[in-house]
Amino acid sequence: MALLQISEPGLSTAPHEHRLAVGIDLGTTNSLVATVRNGISVVLNDADGRALLPSVVRYFADGSVQVGESAQAAQSEDPTNTILSVKRFMGRGLGDIGDISGSPYRFVDAPSTGQAPGMVQLRTAAGVKSPVEVSSEILKLLRARAEEALGGELVGAVITVPAYFDDAQRQATKDAARLAGINVLRLLNEPTAAAIAYGLDNAAEGVYAVYDLGGGTFDVSILKLSRGVFEVLATNGNSALGGDDFDHRIYCWLLEKNNLSALGASDTRLLLTRARAAKEELTEHDETRVTAILRSGEAIDTVLARRDFHAMSQNLVERTLQPVRRALRDAGLAVADIKGVVMVGGATRMPQVQRAVAEFFRQAPLTNLDPDKVVALGAAIQANVLAGNRSADDWLLLDVIPLSLGIETMGGLTEKIIPRNSTIPAARAQDFTTFKDGQTAMSVHVVQGERELVSDCRSLARFELRGIPPMVAGAARIRITFQVDADGLLSVSAREQGTGVEAHITVKPSYGLSDAEIARMLQDSSRHAQDDMQARALREHQVEANQLLEAVQNALEQDGAALLDDIGQARIRDGMDGLRAMLQTADHPAIKRAITQLNDATVAFAQARMDKSVSRALGGRKLTDLEV
Amino acid sequence: MQAAASGFQQDFFQLFGLPENYRLDSELLDRRYHALQAQVHPDKFSHLSEAERRVSMQWATRVNEAYQTLNEPARRARYLLSLHGADIREESNTAMPADFLVAQMEWREAIQEAGEARDPGELDKLELRLQHDMHDLLEQLAAKIDTEHDYEAAAGIVRKLKFLEKLAEEIASAFDTIDN
Repeated sequence: MALLQISEPGLSTAPHEHRLAVGIDLGTTNSLVATVRNGISVVLNDADGRALLPSVVRYFADGSVQVGESAQAAQSEDPTNTILSVKRFMGRGLGDIGDISGSPYRFVDAPSTGQAPGMVQLRTAAGVKSPVEVSSEILKLLRARAEEALGGELVGAVITVPAYFDDAQRQATKDAARLAGINVLRLLNEPTAAAIAYGLDNAAEGVYAVYDLGGGTFDVSILKLSRGVFEVLATNGNSALGGDDFDHRIYCWLLEKNNLSALGASDTRLLLTRARAAKEELTEHDETRVTAILRSGEAIDTVLARRDFHAMSQNLVERTLQPVRRALRDAGLAVADIKGVVMVGGATRMPQVQRAVAEFFRQAPLTNLDPDKVVALGAAIQANVLAGNRSADDWLLLDVIPLSLGIETMGGLTEKIIPRNSTIPAARAQDFTTFKDGQTAMSVHVVQGERELVSDCRSLARFELRGIPPMVAGAARIRITFQVDADGLLSVSAREQGTGVEAHITVKPSYGLSDAEIARMLQDSSRHAQDDMQARALREHQVEANQLLEAVQNALEQDGAALLDDIGQARIRDGMDGLRAMLQTADHPAIKRAITQLNDATVAFAQARMDKSVSRALGGRKLTDLEV
Repeated sequence: MQAAASGFQQDFFQLFGLPENYRLDSELLDRRYHALQAQVHPDKFSHLSEAERRVSMQWATRVNEAYQTLNEPARRARYLLSLHGADIREESNTAMPADFLVAQMEWREAIQEAGEARDPGELDKLELRLQHDMHDLLEQLAAKIDTEHDYEAAAGIVRKLKFLEKLAEEIASAFDTIDN
């Protein structure tokens, strides 16, 4: 795929320094890493020239780990310790996973944190692993691949997530990156990443739909592309529907056809592998022959016609169209408004999917890009901007949250605070009051979803606001504020308006990992744990300090004299000197403190700079001129 | 800090450099929105200091809120009335003329029937009719706010609008039920 040429204006960073940044598509079936090289987004291959890394992790009793092709090859030989499609378990409790009877894994219902259930875990030969740890193994390998190819340490990465991922799934993905030692520049929605790659490459203008059917997730996003603005109007999907489900249909058909029941884990894996191969064959051929020899010695030899495969998978295809209809309705658009349909994800190669999409949109979908790679390529383009290698003045991304965020009110009902498809970052405050006379504490239950009953929504977190002064019922004014950042991650704070009693949380505990858990996992993962941790913290803080010094220096040169008086400039320079002095030591907590001090010293300056940019955005005209 | 606060505290019309009217040029609003986000969006600051990233998130959040408020006619009307100090009392004052309430009940029944019959065509028709009714109310609002400056009467229309918005939600949830 030919991608755009990008010059290096060097506006935001020193021109000599190219910061190494990558885009990572952490997929259900395969994962990829891409970067912008000489202005062109390219996928980084492994030593054997392969771009796709199978998202498969195998654990051994000695604690060692295999990732990718070799692990995939062992999946039916060692099914319990070889984890496939781990993305389906991210941010999910055991109860969410559904039927586990056919699964080879030994699930462990994780200890709940607070009052909410924890993320499911898997018992392997190397101990109990959380999906976050499994995913981090995949990310570590991609990071190593990138650092080797680029010849240096990464500044950071954009990691893509399904647009329909909820807060718990996003947080789990970010934790996995952190565990892999990757600085996350942004979590980017997969369809949006694809739209960047497609839109920039084709100079597209108008309203487009991105239909993204991956290995385990389905997303649809409706985007408006105009004058370099990528604006997501609506997104919808199903985070538990993908190519895997098509394999499963063939697998079930094989069982029925051959009168098989209660297969062992390795036979199950074997037949699922054959089912997937058959699915891929049927993209090109009218029929395919499925052969396998089971553990019992029984031989399977069955012919599957494309026609039959289409019939057995028809309702899966139909299930993708429901979210498409909803997204269109939320965007307030009709099929006729859609200028083009971009197909993303390996599963969109299936002819029945392409036909259904073409019939629905009454136009042939755009298939001139590699559906496996386009997400990683788009993520790399955005990573290059976010790392500061390129001025982002050329385009602007406006994305949304996929599911409404709210809290539980009396009677187990959901009160929506931020509705789905709100553009991020977003914040909304709502006032609540006490239910009983003299009530001094209030429990806040944060949920995500569209249903009226809290029990039908996803529970994200619970926290308590204590110390409310005793008043009669209904007299207290408790303001609950939701803030969603540009990664789509939520933080919630509660404040009693009369007294200022406050509680604040970043929504995490329920399905995410605590800082302590991450620290433990980091320790487990390295032999010289303590030393490594110290060395890593020192290096991270040194990098951060240098970036900060450079950013503040540039800001001072641009605007210092215009926006600050001598005292203000001197205060910031003192902070810079303080940080430079600390950098000479190896005392990483002291470096961190100096970073915080310098940041605090620059807040007012940052606000003044922003004010200047904002007035410049309206062309520097006075309001009175505009009103004429 | 003071200089910065002045920009952040502008009202939404000032922020977009638009006159404080109900009727507005929505293409101009879109252009100004994009121009502002191009300056303040967190994607422009991710490689800069934490202080700048924080200020960027606050600004981008505010610009989004301002845009959504001005872009949706009913929200824009409510916001304008609040700027003029008119108390809408949407929750406390639900007294409506009897014929309006009867019409509401008929609407409810029609939506419920179409939902139960799983008839998207009928829901489409109802939605169109509702949009038409809403459009009428919004036109009345525009006259009361921009021309007559009668904010008390405008508040009365907003209270009616609230009923219609609830009907729109019911139609949307009926569609959702059919899809599931």
